[in-house]
Order: sequence, then structure tokens, then C-alpha cells
Amino acid sequence: MSSTRSTLRDGVFQLAVVIILLLLTLAVVFPFLLTVTSSFADSKELLLKNVVLWPKHWTLDAYKFLLDNDQFVRSFRNAVVITVVGTAINMALSVLMAYGLAQPGVKGRTAVNFMVLFTMLFHGGMIPTYLVVNKLGLIDSYWSIWLVGAIAPFNMIVIRSFFQTLPKELKESARIDGCGEFKILWRIVLPVSMSMMVTFALFYAVANWNTYFQAILYLNDSDSYPLQVFMRQVLIVNPSELGLDVTDSGYTYTPAVRHAVILLAALPLLVVYPFMQKHFSKGMMVGSVKG
Amino acid sequence: MRKALAAGAAVRPDKNRWSMSHLPFYLMILPGLLYFIVFKYVPMFGLVISFQQYDPFVGIAKSPWVGWDNFHRLFMEQDFPLLLKNTFLFAGLDILFFFPAPVVLALLLNEARLKAFRNFVQTVLYAPHFISWVVIVSLTITLFSSQDGMINQWLSSAGLGTIDLFASPGWLKPMWLIQNIWQGMGWGSILYLATMASIDPSLYEAARVDGAGRFRQIWHITLPGIRYVVVVLFILRLGSFMDIGFEHIFLLQNPLNFHVSDVFDTFVYRTGILQRDYSYSAVVGMFKSVVGLVLVMGANRLARKFGQEGVY
Repeated sequence: MSSTRSTLRDGVFQLAVVIILLLLTLAVVFPFLLTVTSSFADSKELLLKNVVLWPKHWTLDAYKFLLDNDQFVRSFRNAVVITVVGTAINMALSVLMAYGLAQPGVKGRTAVNFMVLFTMLFHGGMIPTYLVVNKLGLIDSYWSIWLVGAIAPFNMIVIRSFFQTLPKELKESARIDGCGEFKILWRIVLPVSMSMMVTFALFYAVANWNTYFQAILYLNDSDSYPLQVFMRQVLIVNPSELGLDVTDSGYTYTPAVRHAVILLAALPLLVVYPFMQKHFSKGMMVGSVKG
Repeated sequence: MRKALAAGAAVRPDKNRWSMSHLPFYLMILPGLLYFIVFKYVPMFGLVISFQQYDPFVGIAKSPWVGWDNFHRLFMEQDFPLLLKNTFLFAGLDILFFFPAPVVLALLLNEARLKAFRNFVQTVLYAPHFISWVVIVSLTITLFSSQDGMINQWLSSAGLGTIDLFASPGWLKPMWLIQNIWQGMGWGSILYLATMASIDPSLYEAARVDGAGRFRQIWHITLPGIRYVVVVLFILRLGSFMDIGFEHIFLLQNPLNFHVSDVFDTFVYRTGILQRDYSYSAVVGMFKSVVGLVLVMGANRLARKFGQEGVY
């Protein structure tokens, strides 16, 4: 009898858990759903309502407008350049350093490890970093963005921990065959670490794609601004005047265009992300091993 | 024969050859090491300009030393109490409500029994981590804009009046906090979930046999199982206690809410980058970092005192 009562209690508990999780899911999905549908609505309908769940007339006007807009196309291209080159630099530096530090017997690796960890606890901050970038003559160049964020300490540490878990035998056989260490890393270690590599490439790509603050900090030429800066001008500069408003650039953006911008900016990441999601928990687990 | 030779070489490594064989590894570490030195440690030592009247044209070597003058100026600054108050309020809210949110979510997900449902919820809730602040703030504006936003139309048709999220300073902190949770809760739960997955299932079985319900199992098994990870993440979080997240707050800032949204991060940007008062803003950065470091060391000590392993 007590067991039926406890199954009933378990059932209620389970139901409550499911309902809360569903509500949270809805809170994430709903704003995006509205953005997607509203971006296909025509401007008359949006002028009254701003967002619509189901447009009466579906139209591609907003997307046509954006693809004809030089500023949008340029900033999108800039964001792609920053992301592709930046992620390549991130991965090259992080993987090389992590692999070197993962080798037992390399002298000074404890000191270097501590050096890396310490930067997570204490840092010079915005101004001294800006002065270094300025001194190196990197202002107004994408190198400022690429180099200042070249390695995320946390990512490097997790990759290192992962390399440490690889069996030694993997490399021994290649070494006997006379392969150099760089070749071993490239030909043997990286192929077996593919899911790890993909995960971290994605993490870095996300950070690069979403770069906003560093762009306004280090870049002065508006022609070199990435998408996020363009979006700020379109979407946030003048929130009080919705409907038709004139932004800094003198262009007018309708609500449908705003929705389309949001969607196009989020799309590249939202499309690739579900395919990689299964790797995350595995990858993060390795990092939670202390060391 | 060849096998024996190879074995012999492994047993008795030649000192010189040994270090030469490590040369490739040092070459691999070098670019990363240079990065940390140039972009992390040079700026750290660049903080000495806090004690100077730094002039970018003559550099650190020739700028005049002014001792503690800049610190004095900061603590005497008319806005200092306000900046301190705002920064601590945001940081406090963040630690009080945002930090535990992923733990709660991980507990909920861990309890959900249907695997497909769990995977679906996880996939959706991780996604906001990939969305930039620019997009998140824009979405909020679209949904909540004063007269014609969808939420306000609903509220007014339900007779509840409307809320002007961006014009009223009182809404700034709740909005900021909810946006933080919306973006980071799912992502933050990954580590906790992974740790929960490594808890020995026989513990739960034993508890069930002893008649423990779900809540008591969570309290006595799940929570102790993730305690170490919670403590480590909490200590690391304290290291950036005063980092409110420049981007997010900067995007929410407007003339109407300035008196409650101005924090050290935005102050540094304004004085340092916009007004080029480098030394003065470096002092603020240093003040922030030192507070963080002191908190980390204090928390680490406290954790050890209570029998927990700390971060270091």
C-alpha cells in the first residue's frame, strides 16, 4: 500500500519536472518563432503589431532588401572573414600549446600551466590591453581581434586534459616508424580527436562570430565593422521609434528587416549547432577532471 | 635483437638526446606562451601606469610617477559610491540568482526520465549560449517595446496595464538578470549534468530500498555528488566578481537608466577609451582585479577549512 502511494508521488513529481522543463523550452523557442514568422510578414501588418505569429501575406521583401543593402552585405562578409581566420588561429595555437603541455617530461610545464591558470583569475583589464594593441600598431586591423583572443585559457586547458587521456601506445608505434612529433600530432592524434576538435572549433567560431565589443574597441573604420556592430545600429540605437526610423547610417529599416537581420545573424550557428551537441557533454566531462 | 636494442635505449636514455627529442614540444608551446606573455602578462605589468600620469607619447619608461594619486582621485570621485553600489548590486544578483540556476536546471533534467524528451530540452536550452547580446537585447526590445510590443498588447488586453521595460530604471536589473539566465542557464548545466552522470547508480538503489523519496535522494546523493564542481565554479566566478559583462550592460544602457546602469566596466570604457585618461581608468581595472583576487583567495581558504578541495 505504501508502495502505491510512493509511485503516485513519483508520478506527480515527474509531471512537475516535465511541465517546468517544457515552460523553459517554450521561453527559448517562442521569441525565435516570432522572429522567423515576422520576418516574412509585410510591413503594413507589422506597423500595427510589430510582431506576428502567423502573417496573412508571406513575403520575402525583408530578405531582398537586406541582400541589396551594401552595409549589410559588407558587414556579413567581414564577420565571415573574422570568424574563419580567427577560428583557424585559435585552433592552431590552442591545439599546439595543449599538445606540447600534455607531454610528460617536458620541462617547465607546471610553471606554464600555472601561468595560464593565473590569467583566469587576474588580468590587466581593458586599458592596458588596449595600450599593448595600440603599441603593436594593430588598431584598425583584424589582427587586433584575432590576436587578443587567440587562446581561451579554459578551452586550452580542456584540450590539454583530453590529450593526456590518450593512450601512449598510439604514439609509440608511429615514433618507431620514424615520424616526427608534428607529423604524429597531425596524422595520428588529431584524427582520433576529431569530435573534440569540432567542438572547440565551434566554441571559438561562436565567439568570433559574436564579436562586438572588441570590434568597437579596436576598429574605427565603419567599413570594416562586423555584423554585430551593424546590427546594433539597426536594432538598438533608436528603440523608442519603432516602425520606420532613421538610424545613424541614414537608412530606414522596417520591422520585418529587423527580424530578418536577427535571423540571418543567428542562423549560421543555429544550423550547425544541433549536429555537434552530442559532443559537448563528453568534451566538458574531460575538462572537469582536475588538473 | 632489434627489439632488445630498442628496449635498452628506453631503459637508459641519453641525457642530451632526451632533451633534444623534446624540442618539437617546446616549439609547439612557444607561440601560445608568447601569446600569454604579450597579451596577458605585459598588460598585467602595464598596470603600473596606475601609479603614473601616463602619456602615450613618451611611454611607460618616461611618464611621471604620481604614487597613489590616481587611487586617491578614484576613491574621492563623486560617482565612486554610485559605481560601487551599482557594480555590487549587479554582481550580487548574479551570484544569488544566476549562479544557482544551472544547478537547478541540471537537477530537473537529471530527474526527467524520458531520454528523448531530455535530449530535446537540452538541445533547445543550450542554444541561447550561441546568441550574441546584440541579438538578445534586440529580441527583448521587439517583444516588449512600449506600446506595440506583443507582450504589452497582451498585458493591456488583460487589463494589467503596460510595462515600459527600457524607459523605466526599475526594470533594468530584473531584465538584465533574466536575460543572463535565459542565455546561460542551459549551457551552465552541462558540466553539472556530466558530473551527475558519473554518480554511482547503486547509491540511488540503496536509498530507494531504505525508503528515500526523490527529494531525499537529491539532497543526500545528487547534491553531494556535484558539490566539488559547484565549489570550484563558485570560486572561479568570484575571480571575476566585479566583471559585470561590459557588452550586455552597455547595450542596455540609456540616458533614462544611467544612474542605475553605470558600473565600473562602463566607467572604464568611458574614461579610458573615449576620454583617453589611461592611467585613471587603469586604476579602476586594477581595483576590480584585486577585489576579485582577494575574493578568490578568501573563498579558496574557506573551502579548504570546511574540508573541501579548493581550486589550487
